Amino acid sequence: MNNILLISLIVLGVLGGILAIILYFVAQKFKVEENPLIDEVEACLAGANCGGCGYAGCRNFAEACVKAASEKQSLAGLNCPSSDMQKVADVLKLTVEAAEPMIAVVRCNGSCENSPAKVHYEGADICAFANTLYAGEGGCSKGCLGLGDCVKKCPFDALHINKETGLPEVDEEKCVGCGACAKACPRGIIEVRPRGKNNRRVYVCCSNTDKGAIVMKSCSVGCIGCQKCFKTCPFEAIEMRGNLAYIDPAKCKSCRKCEEVCPRGTIHAVNFPPRKPKAEQPVGEPVQQPVVEQPVKEKVTIENKENA
Amino acid sequence: MNPLKTFPKGGVHPEENKLSADQPIQDFPLPKQIIVPLGQCLGAPADPIVQKGDHVLTGQMIGTAKGFVSANVHSPATGTVAKVDVVMDHTGYYKPAVFINVDEEEQWVDGVIQTDELLTEIKLDSNEIINKIKECGIVGMGGATFPTHVKLMIPEGKKAEYIIINAAECEPYLTCDNRLLLEKTKEFLMGVKILMKAVNTDKGVIGIERNKMSAIELLDKTIAENRDLFAGIQVQPLKTKYPQGGEKQIIKAITGREVPSGKLPIETGCVVVNVASTYAIYEAVQKNKPLVERIVTVTGKSVKHPGNYRVRFGTPANLLIDAAGGLPDDTANIINGGPMMGKSVSVTDFPVIKGTSGILLMNVKDAQPRKVGNCIRCGRCAIACPMGLQPFLINKLAKLDMFDETEKNHIMDCIECGSCEFTCPANIPLLDYIRYGKAKTGAIIRARNQK
Repeated sequence: MNNILLISLIVLGVLGGILAIILYFVAQKFKVEENPLIDEVEACLAGANCGGCGYAGCRNFAEACVKAASEKQSLAGLNCPSSDMQKVADVLKLTVEAAEPMIAVVRCNGSCENSPAKVHYEGADICAFANTLYAGEGGCSKGCLGLGDCVKKCPFDALHINKETGLPEVDEEKCVGCGACAKACPRGIIEVRPRGKNNRRVYVCCSNTDKGAIVMKSCSVGCIGCQKCFKTCPFEAIEMRGNLAYIDPAKCKSCRKCEEVCPRGTIHAVNFPPRKPKAEQPVGEPVQQPVVEQPVKEKVTIENKENA
Repeated sequence: MNPLKTFPKGGVHPEENKLSADQPIQDFPLPKQIIVPLGQCLGAPADPIVQKGDHVLTGQMIGTAKGFVSANVHSPATGTVAKVDVVMDHTGYYKPAVFINVDEEEQWVDGVIQTDELLTEIKLDSNEIINKIKECGIVGMGGATFPTHVKLMIPEGKKAEYIIINAAECEPYLTCDNRLLLEKTKEFLMGVKILMKAVNTDKGVIGIERNKMSAIELLDKTIAENRDLFAGIQVQPLKTKYPQGGEKQIIKAITGREVPSGKLPIETGCVVVNVASTYAIYEAVQKNKPLVERIVTVTGKSVKHPGNYRVRFGTPANLLIDAAGGLPDDTANIINGGPMMGKSVSVTDFPVIKGTSGILLMNVKDAQPRKVGNCIRCGRCAIACPMGLQPFLINKLAKLDMFDETEKNHIMDCIECGSCEFTCPANIPLLDYIRYGKAKTGAIIRARNQK
């Protein structure tokens, strides 16, 4: 009995030793030389593999950075939205211009109240699938389906469906603007926009390019293409895409004149301090609004319209 | 009568509920305005060739086919074009359509023979028949709306041995094909003759489920009485099993041949045509009448008067529902088509088009959503799948977005019959996920082939 145990131990031990030696030499022979900088760069990155840089993953992006550093001596065109590019640049001993911080913006306000459900959907909870089946519970063929493909794809837990409105909401603190949600949305409702000065930005909260009469049937806050904002904007920052206004963030100076004239309350201005004397507003409203769609904000718009 | 045949793999047998089987076809009056969608077939929508203010006659072409897989659209009524705009179809999406204000007096375009007389002499040759079918905008009227002329153009090197007429009508509730067979038997059989001439074959088989005994007997009798006229046409009774009317299933049941994965039915030497399309082909070839109307079954357990109506395209569906006794209070779900393959609608006033075989009003009791459980790997879906796939696996893979794996598991062979979902004891919406996976996998394959 002891003999068997001893023999097996010796045989297996010797076998293991021989194989280890072979493996060592094989590993030496077929060693892949990798730039140690790649590991260092990768350590600086968020590691979420969000795809916001345009590469397949963080490792892939780190390789691209090191390659660009050795070949072009610059990191131009390479940007990771979710981590500090300065750290990467330090590792590679280069300088880098700080990229404009971006944020995902949900361009639909067709909540349960604004676009009441006319039908009820039962089926797989995938927007991409529901999109092929029907226009949506509210009847808007360009509006949010609310099944949360974007939420599932967000690697930073920055998107959540608000149960009351049925729409996804962006957590401004967590969102890095990688664009994974924008890619996931089958209707292209989510746009990645610059955060704007002091985190203040103005955007059209609608994606429907249909004619005004069609939009009106399904939603009370959809863009009807009346062009009032287009005519009002002093900076030519607004363009009409079909029957939908689009505010170019590069040209927008955040004057909020468009928000005032919009008859439907479609244009949202977020994180601005409340307008001064015009409307009776609850005092002491915090300047920093963490949530994109604020019902209070909408009231501002409506009252301003009445006063204007 | 020939012995029963069926497809070997899978299948289910839902409650038949053929409530309107004994209701004769009624002519549905034209409404004041009809809305004719330009996209009435699988493939590209037609281009409009009329403008606002134009006066159109019944049967006049108002949209021309755009591309290879596309069909012409004809005016179903005499009247004035009110506008060419968009209309909400049954999904709630807006699609291009022609709005026509209907005149009181109907006038057909020149050349259409309007008598009820049976014309037995086929004057056109094979190519002329196919051109006529193309001109008259005939599509597969079972629901898939694939242009029929494309089906009949046999690729070089292939030979069509059989014309198979799909009269299985395996969808529960629907009775429009059955009624057509009973009321227009001779015209239908002439349609089969025309199809046989179009593809140069002498074998025509009508596959029909056994639950339509009266139709089987009538067809057998008519063929026996007119042996010379209908030579080569055979009636093949099939077992009542869903999806007996699937193209691949009916070929397998009748000829024993299997369509290879990813290939077209012509590989087996068969061309399968629907009953309503066959009748439309008779009208087109012999009477020069374009496709402007079809039989629609309006049915449901709570519907007061389930019935079969001959409806002009563009008639809003809510008028049909009103004619059948109005919308029952306990309606939970309105389905365009049958309960298995049909799609739930978002609006009730969608226009009837070439593929609208039925309007089904499901009551609360039947359409109630059931609690979805977890997959216990019982394998019932795999047993029920008529294509021999493993729906539980494909469902899971599609859910996880593993589209390379779904492709390896032959998701593209799925015919979307819904047998898996019907049989699932955990009520998992298997077909939803498989359809999602199929769309995504198909897009990936197409993108790869384009490279």
